[in-house]
Amino acid sequence: MSTVRFIDEFRDRTLAARLAEGIAAAADTGRTYQLMEFCGGHTHAIFRYGVQDLLPANVKMVHGPGCPVCVLPMGRIDHALQLAREHGVILLTYGDLMRVPGPERMTLLKAKAEGADVRMVYSAMDALACARANPGREVVFFAIGFETTTPPTAIVLRQAKAEALSNFSVHCNHVLTPPAITSILASASDQESAEAPRLDGFVGPAHVSAVIGYRPFEAFVRDHGRPVVIAGFEPLDVMQAILMLVRQLNDGRCEVENEYTRVVTRDGNLKAQALMADVFELRDSFEWRGLGWLERSALQIRSPYAAFDAEKRFPLKSAAIADNKACECGAVLRGVREPVECKLFATVCTPENPIGSCMVSSEGACAAYYTFGRARPTMAPALADAS
Amino acid sequence: MSDERRRMAGGLDYRHGRIELWHGSGGRAMAQLIEELFETSFDNPFLARRNDQACFEVGAGRLVMTTDGFVIAPLFFPGGDIGCLAVHGTVNDIAMAGARPLYLAVAMIIEEGFPLADLKAIVASMAAAAKAAGVAIVTGDTKVVERGKGDGIFITTTGVGVVPAGVEISAERARPGDAVLLSGSIGDHGVAVLSKRESLAFETELLSDCASLHDLVARMVEAVPGIHAMRDPTRGGLAALLNEIAQQSGVGIALNEDAIPVAPAVRGACELLGLDPLYVANEGKLVAFCAAEDADRLLAVMRAHPLGRDAARIGTVVEDSRRFVQMQTGFGGHRIVDWLAGDQLPRIC
Repeated sequence: MSTVRFIDEFRDRTLAARLAEGIAAAADTGRTYQLMEFCGGHTHAIFRYGVQDLLPANVKMVHGPGCPVCVLPMGRIDHALQLAREHGVILLTYGDLMRVPGPERMTLLKAKAEGADVRMVYSAMDALACARANPGREVVFFAIGFETTTPPTAIVLRQAKAEALSNFSVHCNHVLTPPAITSILASASDQESAEAPRLDGFVGPAHVSAVIGYRPFEAFVRDHGRPVVIAGFEPLDVMQAILMLVRQLNDGRCEVENEYTRVVTRDGNLKAQALMADVFELRDSFEWRGLGWLERSALQIRSPYAAFDAEKRFPLKSAAIADNKACECGAVLRGVREPVECKLFATVCTPENPIGSCMVSSEGACAAYYTFGRARPTMAPALADAS
Repeated sequence: MSDERRRMAGGLDYRHGRIELWHGSGGRAMAQLIEELFETSFDNPFLARRNDQACFEVGAGRLVMTTDGFVIAPLFFPGGDIGCLAVHGTVNDIAMAGARPLYLAVAMIIEEGFPLADLKAIVASMAAAAKAAGVAIVTGDTKVVERGKGDGIFITTTGVGVVPAGVEISAERARPGDAVLLSGSIGDHGVAVLSKRESLAFETELLSDCASLHDLVARMVEAVPGIHAMRDPTRGGLAALLNEIAQQSGVGIALNEDAIPVAPAVRGACELLGLDPLYVANEGKLVAFCAAEDADRLLAVMRAHPLGRDAARIGTVVEDSRRFVQMQTGFGGHRIVDWLAGDQLPRIC
């Protein structure tokens, strides 16, 4: 394969092999290390590059809930469907969301096929451009994502206000990382303690930390006694972070360490944080798929921008809608179950026909497992021939 | 003839003219379009006879036949357009059976209001591609749909070709132990097209790989008549092709990621957009499956051809009742290379 600068350095096989040796040498054979990668981006990298093949058997990765599409509860998908089908708006959103099943397995993609005007955008700015281009139509941007995608939504809201756009609004589903990590540890130590995996440490978020910095995780480490290593999304980043976690655990240390120094600082992106603070405020409580209602875990649009808040602009019915009973997405999101332990996995639930949200996004644990990891390597000799 | 005189004489107005409903209604306007544009451009005795079909001699042996519909946005992209694509695509589908392409038929569904200048450019591009491939466009059909009921232009091409004796190339014939050969770098076409999409628009010097592969195939079949299976990776990319062959042949495929050629510009664009080159479309590449002992000879023939310069052996067919395509990653791990579910979408985390 050709070389691409600034990318291949972080995917180098020789370095990977050296790190693998380092992890194997550092890992104490007398114990196991159960580490959770919070972000879907890490889950994706682990499966796409086959990182787990380079880890010793006693270092196990548990996949976390850091996939924005996966954690969105049925009720919010229902809002999107109501906007598109009952209010006749142009509904804009990021691609993965279009395939997430809502009530009665309805999806935005099906609504589009029925005639609803649902469009995929690549960036929040595209949503604004669409509103400008369609002055006679109501245009709603269904905004999802962790702290990474929140600043662009904030910019768009400020711009819409500056331009006094009268046909544009945002349905805000932005959620926060630290409360979710805390909730996972809380649930692991309480009702599910019998079946929940012991979590020894966390590979901390990459892009999220670029925005919020690693300072928020210092309190987490202090309060919960689990080490966190902030890591980039390249496979070598993940392996280096794993080695750093193993060393911390061996030494009995419990700190926030930053592997992703080329991007992440302690305080993060202060400009982005100021933007977010100007436009958004904490919600009292927000429902997460799999984690339930978490206090102060999501953002809502501040009152100066209320005219651009789709939840205020349109009468939306909010009903508590239960997930499919057999679907284990909730337990998968908490790291309690592996995708293969769900009865629906790869039988009735596949990427073509997803029952749960974890099978939709490429960052979801079920989809990553299905797409990249179903087969364990059985072909090493043939590959040796091939190369 | 000047534009003015042409208009006066009733000729097609390529400068300002647009397709109107009556261009498809069977009257004089349609006859004029066929005569002035299609017959002149495609220029062959079959078309000149103005029948509703073409009549030609068929030698002894086996015929292959294929059809393909072309819809693409944008219609013109770096390195090609829907016109040459409609010729290359069908020529390649014929060639993948090891056959020599002979004749094409073309059906066009054009939206009312489509600029005649664009239609002329597309037809010229088809004519040039057909001429280069040595195939004649011998019959066709034109329909016009109301404005808003089509996406500019849809083109369907149907082709026939002849298979040399002794050649038996088919998707169910890959066998464990077969070598998997790829004719060149993947993803060029898909990235070139994406770069011109309104919603993405990024700068790249990359051109579509859009090309007719029949000549490369002719050399390959001449050197190794016993090629087991062959296909060109178009929509769904290399990954879809390999899964199709694994499924049809009831085998697994083991790939080596390091051996798969990908241009730096394609890798860079895929990184930015969160796409995987294995799933990105191509229009001028092929994958051949042949017995291991034939692999070196076939690879040498491919590399000696301009359209196979970067050919590489990318993997091996293995026994696997689950029919998985697996890959040793450049990073040193393993993964499945699955079918694409839905469309490839940029990541948001």
